[in-house]
Amino acid sequence: MAVTTYASAEQYNFDVVKKFSLMALVWAVIGMFVGVYIASELAWPLLNFDSPYISFGRFRPVHTTTVIFGFGGSALFATSYYIVQRTCQTRLISDGIASFTFWGWQAVILLADVSYMLGYTQAREYAEMEWPIDILIEVIWVSYLILFVGTIMRRKQPHIYVANWFYLAFILATALLHTFNNLAVPVGLFSMKSYSLFSGTQDAMTQWWYGHNAVGFFLTAAFLGMMYYFVPKQAGRPIYSYRLSIVHFWALGFMYMWVGAHHLHWTALPDWTSTLAATFSILLLMPSWGGMINGIMTLSGAWDKLRTDPVMAFLIVALSFYGMSTFEGPMMSLKEVNALSHYTDWTIGHVHSGALGWVAMITFGSLYHMIPKLWDTKLYSTRLVNVHFWLATLGILLYITAMWISGITQGLMWRAYDRFGNLRYSFVDSVAAVHPFYVMRAIGGVFFLAGVLLMVYNVAMTILQVRREEAELEARLAAKIAQTGAQPS
Amino acid sequence: MNFNFKHEWIETNIGLLLVLTMLAISVGGLVEIAPLFFIDKTVEKTPGVDVRPYTPLEQRGRDIYTREGCYLCHSQMIRPFRDEKLRYGHYSLAAESQYDHPFQWGSKRTGPDLARVGGKYSNEWHVQHLNNPRSVVPVSVMPSYPWLATTPLDTSDLEQRMKALRAVGVPYSLTQAEFDINVKRFGLQTASMLHIPDAQKNLIEQANLGNYDGNKAGVSELDALIAYLQVLGTMVDFSKVDEDALIHSR
Repeated sequence: MAVTTYASAEQYNFDVVKKFSLMALVWAVIGMFVGVYIASELAWPLLNFDSPYISFGRFRPVHTTTVIFGFGGSALFATSYYIVQRTCQTRLISDGIASFTFWGWQAVILLADVSYMLGYTQAREYAEMEWPIDILIEVIWVSYLILFVGTIMRRKQPHIYVANWFYLAFILATALLHTFNNLAVPVGLFSMKSYSLFSGTQDAMTQWWYGHNAVGFFLTAAFLGMMYYFVPKQAGRPIYSYRLSIVHFWALGFMYMWVGAHHLHWTALPDWTSTLAATFSILLLMPSWGGMINGIMTLSGAWDKLRTDPVMAFLIVALSFYGMSTFEGPMMSLKEVNALSHYTDWTIGHVHSGALGWVAMITFGSLYHMIPKLWDTKLYSTRLVNVHFWLATLGILLYITAMWISGITQGLMWRAYDRFGNLRYSFVDSVAAVHPFYVMRAIGGVFFLAGVLLMVYNVAMTILQVRREEAELEARLAAKIAQTGAQPS
Repeated sequence: MNFNFKHEWIETNIGLLLVLTMLAISVGGLVEIAPLFFIDKTVEKTPGVDVRPYTPLEQRGRDIYTREGCYLCHSQMIRPFRDEKLRYGHYSLAAESQYDHPFQWGSKRTGPDLARVGGKYSNEWHVQHLNNPRSVVPVSVMPSYPWLATTPLDTSDLEQRMKALRAVGVPYSLTQAEFDINVKRFGLQTASMLHIPDAQKNLIEQANLGNYDGNKAGVSELDALIAYLQVLGTMVDFSKVDEDALIHSR
């Protein structure tokens, strides 16, 4: 056992993969705890405690940044470094750059969270980091691209494995989006405050081009990369269709970039833009489902694994949620549906069926597969993985059901008339009506967080078990040496 | 044709994969975003006086609005529906947010839309509501913002802030020539408020005159925020708007 670890430590840089994997779990706990907290603030506003630092408006970006970029980002760094090394059968080209991306990225998340609580924000959703942090991200991202592409260039295989295409598209798109959406003029060299280069309509379009593609590339394409490696590995079968992976890769990459404006239906954005976006949103259903089918059908002929292997269950349920939310998304991008759903909790529910159901579940499955391999051991407990799976699934269902009900309630109450043609409800009526569902949502969040805490315990015990095994082995060796009196010369 | 395309070429060539991927992901943004800067109709002309930039006090109020993350629960974009017209007023025009760096249209209404909240409530109501929302709206889930009334407004970098906004296209004037253009465009009174060298004086004057926070001593963050809220949606005189032309331009 110790021997293989030693060999692969020579062959691959697993050190950085381990670090990123563990930090993904740390950020998951923090980010999801803050999520449960702000959900509770909406149910019981007393929890804001009149403190600027944790009031909902400042704390919500802490939640989104920590889960998307802290948890999701660290998981993507970890898995991309793991997969690119394994599939190219070569070591990352530079341990220094790898280490820089690790420490740099952790600094970004920490600085972002602290700065939001102090009130520094660009006030752009999912791009709230102020300009100095944006520059740091830019530097890290270019290093990441160099490291990733450089490693592919040193591959020992002629072919570049499909998972790497998706990671490459994610790195390129994120660079493009991050650069253009964060163009801003700082108030001063020593001021954290900046004003965006664009204003009004153009700014809105740029932001939602970014916003939706943060979903499309950061939270989808990259996680499809994860899917393309870990689903076949865990199933022990090749990917269902090679042709489908080609078609849906190019279609997904091309089409996603058009759909951002569906966040701006019925606004002051010109109609041609949002109509075009809606059209592509509906087209996007095809590549999205192409990916889902390719993943799920990989299990064809080995369906029994769903019963026996909770890691497989995580991966397949993740794909099912992916399929569901990529159906829901195009539906919500229809102008008539959007007229009801926009500005309501339905959107929040939709995001979470993607973020919890797809992104988090595929990550848990991948980490459960990868962590024992990294530490060259077995998971401490498969039963706990099973419990985690059910806690997570129930949590998501509670969450999205609550948001469906409250979102549709809001949408219907806002447009209800009495028999004289006056508005039937005042706005606060809708606030009061959704309270029970805000409580239900918070409970769903607690379920999900509890599952993550179980996972942390399971992973900690797995790593401790390796330490114990190594210590035991050494002790036995020492005893043997002492017994025979042989000198280790 | 003898040209026999094989996807294998791309799969075995990282340079080709990189370039083609970059091409595939660039088209959508180019087609949808770039024209918005060149098509004149994107931001419609408003009749009478142009929509004006924010005064120094209003802009500082806007900075506080963004700092506290108000956009996460309040939209500033009224859609052209009958119920929204009844509840919030005329649908929002692109012209009304043309000086908004960044835009604050929002994506969620945990609370009501604020695009036309200006003038709907008294200053006293806003003071009460921001200090403790549940004292005026019992079922509200909005956080209280008691620190706004007690924190003096920081105006030390006011000129730098306005210069940065000027750099991104807001017509604040720095020179006499720019000032004269603003006089022609917005009238003398407004143009004077947009003159950067007078910003400090203007800010204090507006705060004293408006006495938004009900406390004559000093200028608080609450003064600035309420000044901003009270101007929202009031810059276009809709009695002068030709609705048919507006619909046509959309």
